[in-house]
Amino acid sequence: MLVVVSLAMLTVYFREADSGPMHGLQGNVASVLHPFQVGAERVARPFRDAYGWTAGLIHARSENEQLRKDMQIIRQQAIQNATAVQENEDLRKALKFVSGPSFPSDYDQVAASVSSHAPSEFEQSLVISAGGRDGVGFDDPVLSVDGYLVGQVTKVTEHSSEVTLLTDSTSSVTAVDVATNTVGVLEIGEGPDRPFELNRVPKEKVVREGDTIVTAGRRFGRLGSMFPRKIPIGSVKHVGQTDIENFQQVQVDPFVDFSSLDILIVLVPKARTPTP
Amino acid sequence: MTADTAKTAIAFFLAVIVQAAIVSSVAPGGGTADLVLVTLAAVALLRGAVFGSIAGFYAGFLLDTANLGTLGVSSLLLTLAGYWIGRYGETTGRDRAHAPLVSIAVVTVLYAFGAVALHAMLGEPVSVQAGLRALPAQILLNLLLTVPVYALMRRLFAPASRPLKEVEFS
Repeated sequence: MLVVVSLAMLTVYFREADSGPMHGLQGNVASVLHPFQVGAERVARPFRDAYGWTAGLIHARSENEQLRKDMQIIRQQAIQNATAVQENEDLRKALKFVSGPSFPSDYDQVAASVSSHAPSEFEQSLVISAGGRDGVGFDDPVLSVDGYLVGQVTKVTEHSSEVTLLTDSTSSVTAVDVATNTVGVLEIGEGPDRPFELNRVPKEKVVREGDTIVTAGRRFGRLGSMFPRKIPIGSVKHVGQTDIENFQQVQVDPFVDFSSLDILIVLVPKARTPTP
Repeated sequence: MTADTAKTAIAFFLAVIVQAAIVSSVAPGGGTADLVLVTLAAVALLRGAVFGSIAGFYAGFLLDTANLGTLGVSSLLLTLAGYWIGRYGETTGRDRAHAPLVSIAVVTVLYAFGAVALHAMLGEPVSVQAGLRALPAQILLNLLLTVPVYALMRRLFAPASRPLKEVEFS
């Protein structure tokens, strides 16, 4: 009997629209659960921070050395970038250049805590404590507090929203190599470590290890979602190619640690296009 | 019976909140423990198949709601899990000390495969490889949780002591 009820519930939920009665029921019950989840999360946070701090000590020394090296390189790059930005602004003014929505100026940022993590390894999503009443909408991009791309909003209730992470097999984003301007589609790969792969990069295009990958802000054919431009995603870890493949194999190391997300930023467009 | 129902409602409400907000975010060894499944195993072993399946349905409903997942997926899986563990308890396992550990190890594996099958049937892409890689750690963590959770549930769902009857032999 209960199996039949479960199957019926599943079927109705799966087939109905997001405004259907089952989705409404879920939203209402979720509103009841929400304060308890937030409370539990707040109680647990000091313990989780302590665990993270202790675990971080193991790699602290080697990480520190690496970060010092990185900082020297980044300092040099920052000086070059500042000059380039100024030059870019001058040229844009001179050309009266009109561009699409850009991050962060065309977006409001809604910070929200993670109230529920993915229930199993098979589902790469989490629930945040900001919903429709906070302005969050379907497909809004979601970043980490450091400003790196995490995923996008895939379900919205009044008080909470579901965020599907980039690590989900259904996620894909058009991304570009900042150094060489090579565009590809970033997706999660199928391997023992499940690396991120920048797919559909032709062999003649140049991608180097260590290059930074950011969102391209445009669609790649019919693939990928529309994220604003220039949101950092990760750096190129490995580049390879074989004779039988048409495209290069580019592995990307994400900047975000997807296993320790506590607070996320939702980018809410200042001028949201009404859904047809 | 009413007291049992109230205790079950509260126990699973708390289990789902703790699972969603805390336990799911900690993944030592790449796997996460499943507090709801472990609690269900304990309750089903102590109270039988029918009670176990009802508790499983309720817990699944709460879990799908808390995670904003597809309503009915967890309910279906946990109803079946509750029924199976309950039957195991009623037939062979109840008086055996290792019953909670055996049932949780088996059900963790079955639940994982059931989840893969159900998500695949719904057309949602799932990575079997990632799930299988996390499975050994998940079994181990669930087994570690079983001992304290089962002890707690035994205290909560202790069988009511019956008054001794006087029997007269003539």
